[in-house]
Amino acid sequence: MELIPQTERYTDRDEKVSAGKLHATQYIVVLVLAVLAAGMWRLQILGADSYRLLAEANRVRKEPVHAPRGRIFDREGRILVDNYPSVSCFLLREQAKDLTADIPLIARGLDLPVDAIEATLHRYASSPKYQPIPLKQDITPDEQAFIEAHRNELPELETFDDQRRLYPRDGFAAHLIGYVGELSTEDLNSTKYDFYEPGDVVGKSGVEETYDELLRGKDGSRDVIVDSHGREVKPLGQQVAVPGKDLRLTIDLDVQRAAELAMEGHNGALVAMDPHTGEILAMVSRPTYDPNQFSVRLTKDYWSQIVNNPDHPMMNKTIQAQLAPGSTFKIIMSLAGLEEGVAQSMRVMCNGGATFYGHFFACDRHHGMVDIDHAIPWSCDTFYYTLANKLGIDTIAKYATEVGLSQKTGIDLPDEASGTMPSTAWKTKIQHDKWYAGETISVGIGQGAVQVTPIQLARALGGIASGGVLKRPHVVFPDELPPDMASAIQATFPGSGDRVVPITPENWETITDAMAATMGPGGTGAAVHLEGIDFTGKTGTAQVVSHSAGAKSLGAGNERANAWFVGMAPRRNPDIVVAVLCEHGGWGAEAAAPLAAQVINAFVTKQRKKEGNLLRVAEAPKPAANPAPNPDGVPTASATPAVHPGAANAPAGNRP
Amino acid sequence: MRSFSSSRDFDWMLFCLVLLVSALSVLEIRSATLHTRFHDFDHKQFAFLLVGIGLMFLISRIDYHRLVDIAPWAYGLGLLSLVAVKLVGTTVMGGKRWINLGGGIHFQPSEWVKLILILAMARYFWGLAGRELNWLDIGKAFALVCVPMAMVLIQPDLGTALTYFPVLVVGLFLGGIRFRQVMVLFLGFSLLIGGAWMSGKRLKPYQMARLTSFVDPGSDPRGAGYQILQSKIAVGAGGLLGMGTNKGTQTQGDFLPIPYTDFIFAAFCEEHGFVGGMGILLLYFLILMRLIENAQQASDVPATFIVMGVAAVLLFQIVVNIGMVVGLMPVTGIPLPLMSYGGSSILFTFLALGIVMNIRMRRFVN
Repeated sequence: MELIPQTERYTDRDEKVSAGKLHATQYIVVLVLAVLAAGMWRLQILGADSYRLLAEANRVRKEPVHAPRGRIFDREGRILVDNYPSVSCFLLREQAKDLTADIPLIARGLDLPVDAIEATLHRYASSPKYQPIPLKQDITPDEQAFIEAHRNELPELETFDDQRRLYPRDGFAAHLIGYVGELSTEDLNSTKYDFYEPGDVVGKSGVEETYDELLRGKDGSRDVIVDSHGREVKPLGQQVAVPGKDLRLTIDLDVQRAAELAMEGHNGALVAMDPHTGEILAMVSRPTYDPNQFSVRLTKDYWSQIVNNPDHPMMNKTIQAQLAPGSTFKIIMSLAGLEEGVAQSMRVMCNGGATFYGHFFACDRHHGMVDIDHAIPWSCDTFYYTLANKLGIDTIAKYATEVGLSQKTGIDLPDEASGTMPSTAWKTKIQHDKWYAGETISVGIGQGAVQVTPIQLARALGGIASGGVLKRPHVVFPDELPPDMASAIQATFPGSGDRVVPITPENWETITDAMAATMGPGGTGAAVHLEGIDFTGKTGTAQVVSHSAGAKSLGAGNERANAWFVGMAPRRNPDIVVAVLCEHGGWGAEAAAPLAAQVINAFVTKQRKKEGNLLRVAEAPKPAANPAPNPDGVPTASATPAVHPGAANAPAGNRP
Repeated sequence: MRSFSSSRDFDWMLFCLVLLVSALSVLEIRSATLHTRFHDFDHKQFAFLLVGIGLMFLISRIDYHRLVDIAPWAYGLGLLSLVAVKLVGTTVMGGKRWINLGGGIHFQPSEWVKLILILAMARYFWGLAGRELNWLDIGKAFALVCVPMAMVLIQPDLGTALTYFPVLVVGLFLGGIRFRQVMVLFLGFSLLIGGAWMSGKRLKPYQMARLTSFVDPGSDPRGAGYQILQSKIAVGAGGLLGMGTNKGTQTQGDFLPIPYTDFIFAAFCEEHGFVGGMGILLLYFLILMRLIENAQQASDVPATFIVMGVAAVLLFQIVVNIGMVVGLMPVTGIPLPLMSYGGSSILFTFLALGIVMNIRMRRFVN
C-alpha cells in the first residue's frame, strides 16, 4: 500500500452517505440538547431556591461561642469559682476526607482512647453534619501544636477558644459548689435536659447544678464563611453569647476556711448555718474531691480512686449522710418531754442504766438522781430511756417531725436525703409490723431507726434554740434571684421550709441553759469550752453497729461509733449553729465538738473584729480548770462502772 | 485533478462559534481559579487556544485524503503510543495517561488516538464501499475501536475510553448497520454489562463508587456523590441569571470540584445562571448543526464520516459532561470540549476542526 495515494481514488466513486441519516442526526442533536436544557431548567428554575439554601449552608459554618459561666462569690463578694480561658478541640465532620481512617491518628495526637472518639461520634450521629463536635476540652499546647501540624492530613480538627471553670484547689467547698460536665447520652434522654443539646456543659452537682440556669448564660454562635477545606474566608455575623449571671452565696469564706481546716483529716461533715435566716455559712464534707478534675479531663485513675473510696468522696454528707443522731437527739426528746409537761417534774435515779420490758438498757455511768437540767449536760441515758418510755414513740415522732426530721430541709442543693423518724405508722408502712414499746427506749437516746442528716440536726437544734423558729436552709440569697427563679427553686426543693414550732419560753430557757451547761464544768463538752463566747451545744456518740445491751465500747475501725456535735452561739437565738459529724470518730465530745468550736470561734472572732459587733454574750461561765473528759451517753453494758465518779454528783450550781 | 481549496470557503461561521465558546471558557477558567494556586490557568488556556488555532489552520491546509491514506499507519502508531504510555507514562491522579516529552510538555496519546480513530473509521467504512454490513464487518469495526479503547481503559481512563465509543456508533450508523443487527448488539451488550455489574470486578472501586453514587448521591457525600451534589448545588444556586462573575460561592468557595475542568459548566451556570448556560448550549447546538451541514455538503464518503465522527465525539462529550454536571449522568471525568481547561482536549478539538475545515474547503472539488 502506497503511503501517499492518489486523491482520485476517493473522487472517482460517486457514493454518498444517505441524506436521511444525516438529517436524522440533527434531530438526535436537538433531542439530546433538549434533555440537557430540561436538566438545567429543573435545577436552575424549579430548584433554584432550595439549591441556593444548600449553597448557603455549604459556605456558612456555625462556630459555637460558649457563654462564660457566671462566677461564684462568697457572701462578701470574694471569689470562689472563676473561669479561665482555654482552647477546645472540635471535630468538623464535613471537612473529613475519611473520618474513620483518621480516628487512630486523632486518638494518638489528642491522647484520647479510640473508643471514646467513636462514642462521641455516635452520640452526635443524628446532629447536622455542619455542627462542630466538641472532641476534647482544655487541650494542652502540645495538642494544639499537633492540630496545627496536621492541618492538611486532619482538616476536620479545629480549635476554638473557650472558657473553663476554675474551682478552688484541694476540693475546698467542692460538695457545696459542685462541678460542671458535658451532658452524657443518658442525660440527654432524660426529660430534665429537654432543652439542652449534645455538648452542652451543665452543672452536675451542688450549686452548679441547682443554679445552672442562672450560671450558664446563653451560648452564642459565630457564622463564618468557609471554603470546602474549612478555611475561614470571612466572618458573616454572630449571635452574641449572653454570659451567665454571677452568683453570691451565703457562704462566708472565713467560716468556710475554718471549717475546712477543722475537718481536715476527718471523715464526715460540717455545716454552719445562721438560724435567723437559714443562710448556710459553711459546708464541708470529707473526704473531698477535686472538681477541677471533673470539669476538664477526668482520668480513669482519678475516677476509680473516687468511686472505690469506701468513704464516698462524692457524697455531700452534710445533706446526704443519714445516720443515727445519738445523744444530740436528746434535745428533741427534752423538747417533747417539756412541752408535754412530763419532763419538768421528772426525777430519775441513774444507776448505770435501767431495765425496760425485760431488757437492761445501759447508761455510761452512775449519774445518781437526774433531773432535766442535768440530763442534758450529763447526757444521761437512763433519764431519756425513762422519758421515751413515758412519752411513747408517736409523741416523740410528732415533735421530731415538727422540728424537721424525716423530711428534707428544702436546702437549695440537689439530692438531699430526708432521714427517718420511726413511729407506729412508719413501722406499719415500711416494715409491715407492729411497733413494740421496747423499741421506743433506744429511740430516746437517738439510736434505733432514727436517722438524720447533719443539716437536719443543725436546723432542728438551731431552731429550738431560736425559740422554735425554723428556717429553710439555703446557700443563695433568694432575694438576689429573679423572682420566678426564686419561687421555682422553692418549688423544686420544698422540704419542710420555714416554720415556727411553738415552744413555751420556760422550756426554751431550760433547754438552752442546759445546752450551755453541756459546755460548762461537768458537762460532756466541758473540754471544748470557748473563753468569752456563749458557746452551747450537745454532743452525740452514735453506735454504728447493733446497740444491744451487750455492747461495751465504741467499737473500732468501721464499727467505731459516729461522733456528733451540734454547737451554737449564743445560747438563745444563736447567730450560728454548727453541726459536725465525724464518721467513726468515737466520742462526740472528743472528736466532733472541738471542730465545731474552731468554726464558731472563727465566726465570733471575725464578727467582733470586723464590725465591733459583740455577740450577745450571756453570762459566760469560766472554763473548767480540769476538763472532765466526759463522754456522753453511749449505751454501754452495766458492767461499765462510773469511771468519773465526780460527774455523778456534779453540783447543780455549776449551771449558769 | 488539481487540488483545490479556498480561504473563502474556510468555515468562518464555525470558527466564530468556536472562538466564542473558547473565549467564554478562558473567562470562566479565570473566575474559577481566581483564588487558587491555579490562577494562571486562564493564561495557559489562552496559549493552548492560540496553539490550537494555529494547528487548525495548518491542518486545514493538508488534503484530508492524505490523512485518510495514512490512517492505517497512524492507527498503528497510535496503538504504539498507548503501549508507550503504559511503559514510560507518568502517573497522575491514579492513572497513567501522560507521556512527559520534556520541557514541561505532557502528551496524552489517548486524545490524538481519538482523532486517528475517526480517520481510521472513515477509511474502514469507505473501504466497505457502501455494501450491506455483515457480522464480520461489524466485528472488524468493533475491533478497530475496542482495542485502543481497552488500552485506554486500563490506564485507567474510563472517560477518554468512552469517547471512542461514539466514533464506532456513528460509523456503524452511517455505514449502514441494519435495525435487526442493532437489536442483537443491544441485547448482547445488555447481557455483558449486566454480567460485569454482577461480578463488580471489572470496575475499579472508584468507578464502582461513581456509579453507585450516581444512583444514590447521598450514600457517599464526600466522594463522587459529593461531587455531583456540589455540582447540582452550584448549577441550581445559579438560578435564572446567575450570581455574577467571580461571585459563585460554590465555585469561589472551592466546594465545586475542579471547577476549571470537568465541572466548568457548573461554575459557568452558577455565575451566569440558566440564561448563560442556555447560551453555551445554544452555541454548541449551532456548532453541531454547522458540522452536520458540512457533513452533508462533503464531497465524498470519508469526508462525511470524518465530520460526523468529530460531531459525534463532540456531542457525546457535551452530553456526558453537562449530563454529569446537572446530575443526569454519573461522574466519568470527560471534559467539556472547548470549555474545560486542558491542552490535549483543546488540541484534539482544533485538529479535528482543522480537518473539518479542509473538508469544507474541498466540498466543491468535484
